[in-house]
Amino acid sequence: MDQLFNRKYIVQGLFIVIALILLGKLFYIQIISDAAFVSAESNVLRKIYKYPARGAILDRNMKVIVQNEPVYDLMVTPNEVKPFDTLALAQALDISFEDVRKNLKKARGKSSYQATPFLKQISVQSYARLQETLYRFPGFRTQDRTIRHYPDSVGGQLFGYVKEVSPTDIEKSEGFYKPGDYKGKSGLEFSYEETLRGEKGVINTVYDAHNTPQGSYADGKYDVNAVSGERLISGIDMRIQKLGEELMMNKVGAIVAIEPATGEILSLVSSPGYDPNLLVGRNQGNNYMEFIVGNPYRPSLVRPIMGYYPPGSSFKPVDALIGLQEGVIDPNTTFFCPHYYQAGNRKIKCEHFDGSISLRRGIARSCNTYFCYVFQKLITKNGMKNQRQTYQEWRDKVAKFGFGSKLDIDMPYERKGYFYTADHYDKIYGKRWGYTNVISQAIGQGEITATPLQMANAMAIIANRGYYIKPHLIKGIGDKNLVKKEYVVKNYVGVDAKHFEPVIDGMQDAVNTSWGTAILSRIPDVVLCGKTGTVQNPHGKNHSVFIGFAPRDNPKIAIAVIVENAGYGSTYAAPIASYMIEKYLKGSVSGERAAQAEWMKNQNLLPLLIDKTKKTKLTKADSLLLKKADSTKRVKDSLRIKSATIKQTVTTKPKELKSAIIDKPVTNK
Amino acid sequence: MQQQQGNRFFFNVDWITVLIYIALCTIGFVNIYASVPPEQTTVFGFSTLYGKQLIYVITGLILGLSILLFDGRLFNVFSPFIYGGTLLLLMAVLVIGNKVAGNQAWIAIGSFKLQPAEFAKFGTALLLARYVGAFNPKFRDVKSIMIAGLIVAVPLLLIMLQPDTGSALVFLAFMFPLYREGLSGYFLLIFLGMIVLFIADFLVPTYILIIIISTIAGLFIYNNRRKQKIIFSTVLVTVFAIGYLFLIKIAYEKVLAPHQRSRIELMLGLKTDNKGAGYNVIQSQIAIGSGQAAGRGFLQGTQTKYGYVPEQSTDFIFSTIGEEWGFMGCSVVIGLYMFLLLRLVNLAERQRSTFSRVYGYSVACILFFHVFINIGMTIGIIPVIGIPLPLISYGGSSLWSFTILLFIFLKLDSNRMGFI
Repeated sequence: MDQLFNRKYIVQGLFIVIALILLGKLFYIQIISDAAFVSAESNVLRKIYKYPARGAILDRNMKVIVQNEPVYDLMVTPNEVKPFDTLALAQALDISFEDVRKNLKKARGKSSYQATPFLKQISVQSYARLQETLYRFPGFRTQDRTIRHYPDSVGGQLFGYVKEVSPTDIEKSEGFYKPGDYKGKSGLEFSYEETLRGEKGVINTVYDAHNTPQGSYADGKYDVNAVSGERLISGIDMRIQKLGEELMMNKVGAIVAIEPATGEILSLVSSPGYDPNLLVGRNQGNNYMEFIVGNPYRPSLVRPIMGYYPPGSSFKPVDALIGLQEGVIDPNTTFFCPHYYQAGNRKIKCEHFDGSISLRRGIARSCNTYFCYVFQKLITKNGMKNQRQTYQEWRDKVAKFGFGSKLDIDMPYERKGYFYTADHYDKIYGKRWGYTNVISQAIGQGEITATPLQMANAMAIIANRGYYIKPHLIKGIGDKNLVKKEYVVKNYVGVDAKHFEPVIDGMQDAVNTSWGTAILSRIPDVVLCGKTGTVQNPHGKNHSVFIGFAPRDNPKIAIAVIVENAGYGSTYAAPIASYMIEKYLKGSVSGERAAQAEWMKNQNLLPLLIDKTKKTKLTKADSLLLKKADSTKRVKDSLRIKSATIKQTVTTKPKELKSAIIDKPVTNK
Repeated sequence: MQQQQGNRFFFNVDWITVLIYIALCTIGFVNIYASVPPEQTTVFGFSTLYGKQLIYVITGLILGLSILLFDGRLFNVFSPFIYGGTLLLLMAVLVIGNKVAGNQAWIAIGSFKLQPAEFAKFGTALLLARYVGAFNPKFRDVKSIMIAGLIVAVPLLLIMLQPDTGSALVFLAFMFPLYREGLSGYFLLIFLGMIVLFIADFLVPTYILIIIISTIAGLFIYNNRRKQKIIFSTVLVTVFAIGYLFLIKIAYEKVLAPHQRSRIELMLGLKTDNKGAGYNVIQSQIAIGSGQAAGRGFLQGTQTKYGYVPEQSTDFIFSTIGEEWGFMGCSVVIGLYMFLLLRLVNLAERQRSTFSRVYGYSVACILFFHVFINIGMTIGIIPVIGIPLPLISYGGSSLWSFTILLFIFLKLDSNRMGFI
């Protein structure tokens, strides 16, 4: 009996062991692991997002230049879907029968109980049609969204575009962005994303096991209302932005106009441009491929801030200023120009023959010789042995004008341009190099390149007589019109104000005297000071460049215009600049000049596209044809001759562009 | 004398056990209340689940107290009739029973539904106790084992016919009282070995198991090479074990229903199925796990409130406790059960009559099986076997049968000094 009595302990021991096993497992799933807790949340909570409207953008005259338009995403919750008339839905949405099936299948693949997009960005018109029949399709609901609208259809590169976030964006934002969110991808939409995007709202709804909504979670304690993005006021003047894009139609190049006193950018034209409305809505992807990627002139290159151009003659005023500041010349210094400048065993040609030439006339006539002498004097002022050091000093002084570094414009992808240091030349020439090796920089050629923004900024410096405010596009953020700190600071360039007047004299003469290079671009009643540039381009025809500002006293606008492969600065760039300035200062281009502006708009200066993949040699006949085409063009520019294309072996025919119908190169049959 | 007469019915009753009983019933009611979807809790009516449960609890308590009014000896005397009655009910249910979820387990009397399998437990317990009490077999001979086995097997097989595997399994609990009364421990070991082999057969290829078993047997025989009897029985056990391995495979494919197979495979982690057969267990574990240490609080359990766990007020009531009261609540409930079980065993041991002792052990072990299988199922360490959590799960039949089971023992216990 005693022995059997002990079996009590075995039974009780078993009870206790089992109880401990149960408690152990409970301890694991309730306290150690939190997997169950997470699953429980996702079981019951569904978040419905309320997307905020992005902030609007206004121009300097408070005209709305970027606004929002309502669109609707059709969402589907697959397990709420009951058999429906597929054809009717396809018709209501104006998509194909197969698309309905395909999209539904895709949504099923993502989640059966969460609402996933079925068709994105349905226009208001389609939505109105859809709404009447939506009750026939259980499981479908619409989600309000807004997309961008650009009333003026210009400024594609300037504004950038907005696109649904990519998985990389989501990862980089560390969870801030969720799939389905939109984000600015380039231009202003990108740089002011945080201001423009606003705050997403969320409604937490509790769902039961049958996926029936059971009302708000915790009485809406965690719900958030959507907050619209803040408004931006830009310095852009839409009138001249539009004019600029029209003038640059069928041309490759850039225009940057700055208000010198504030650094506000008045216009930023990149050509070829595109209608920003193309990159909105359901056809965004297709349009992007067709008009941005598919355009051989690469609109994706935002030329005002990314394009590298040798500044050419437009660099000469900077040369002069540093020469004056350093005391190697004074306003009365003259040099003898024998139609060339002899640098060691190299000759640098000069386009004119003036004999002894002064600073003022040197600028007006764009004398290469004069500025080579200035450069020579600057680099050799401490003797021949110290050229390396003086070069570096010179470079640092020029760099203060903003060359060779970014100007921190409020747009992404700005590039800084090439402007070599002495160290860099050491690598090329060893220790033994002097001014003759780098002389081409005196006239803005050779190794130095600058963006149109840097050139316009240099003009702003001259207009301001010695300082600049970093150029920027946005002058007021939000209702308080805040502006970034860095955009109110005056950056002095280290040249005394008194040295500017002689240089400006020369620039005034360039436009306003009979011997100037840009006399055809005079604006009645406005003293435009400027400098043309005809930039040698190893890849083809010269670039046409003009930089300037107006009026001379109390300047309101500084400008840089570059037209690629267009030839002389005075032919295209200078007139374009003058129309822009006239429009800005006077409100319109008047008189005869209005007709000239119209003519300019119609000029097709798109360079030929050499097919680099095919190494075809130009036959003599072909090159003759090309030359003829050029000369004919130059003479009879206004006639718009229509003619056959030259042989396809030489050139590829530029793809037909929506914004640009390309004139065929002219030949005489 | 008059006074003593008045107290006679409740004399010597173990009130501590009654208190635990009331505590568990209250916990059950509170959690059933929480399990009901929110829109149904607005009106406190007797048509709701918790309303009905309240009636069951109150009537159960009355039933229990009225059992205390009987003379304890009656249960011994009438045990064959009670046993016979429950067998009749079990047979009746096969004929006139209502089919609910594939099981023919319910007899409907008006709006009231009776589950005979619940009552078969105490019928069997009473007769087994009477047999052991009357003949005092030590289970050394085949005959007494056969008789005891038959008493348990008849209702077990009748329940299997419904088929209600869960309730039938509970009858294996009678092994423990028999063990206490002298049944060889080997039976328990064999039973344990069968379970281990059953699980192992799914996880390890059969031939490896055979090699392992043979090796162990070989070593054992080598150690006892002088003792012929041990060698003989070892060989016998080994042969049976290997035969059993093959039998499992065949039985698994032929005997078990597909849903039972998938429940076993889910529990062993051989497959995962979040939407189908695994849904209950996964959701139950999510609910319990999300309770964390202190629980979400009364009526705050989202999984409970929004019906994510099926069968929540009945078989999966423990998930509500887990979610709303957390690890602490679970510990209290398991603690209460353990206290009750250990106390019942202690009470059983203080009986003078074998009848009362066997019956006490039976009650404790039936409760133990229910608690272990039910909680084990909700936290995924046992395949889904649909049996209620004693005194807590919703349901009249189950509550009353446990009440009867328990209070008969309390009555017997109060008479422990007398002869039964």
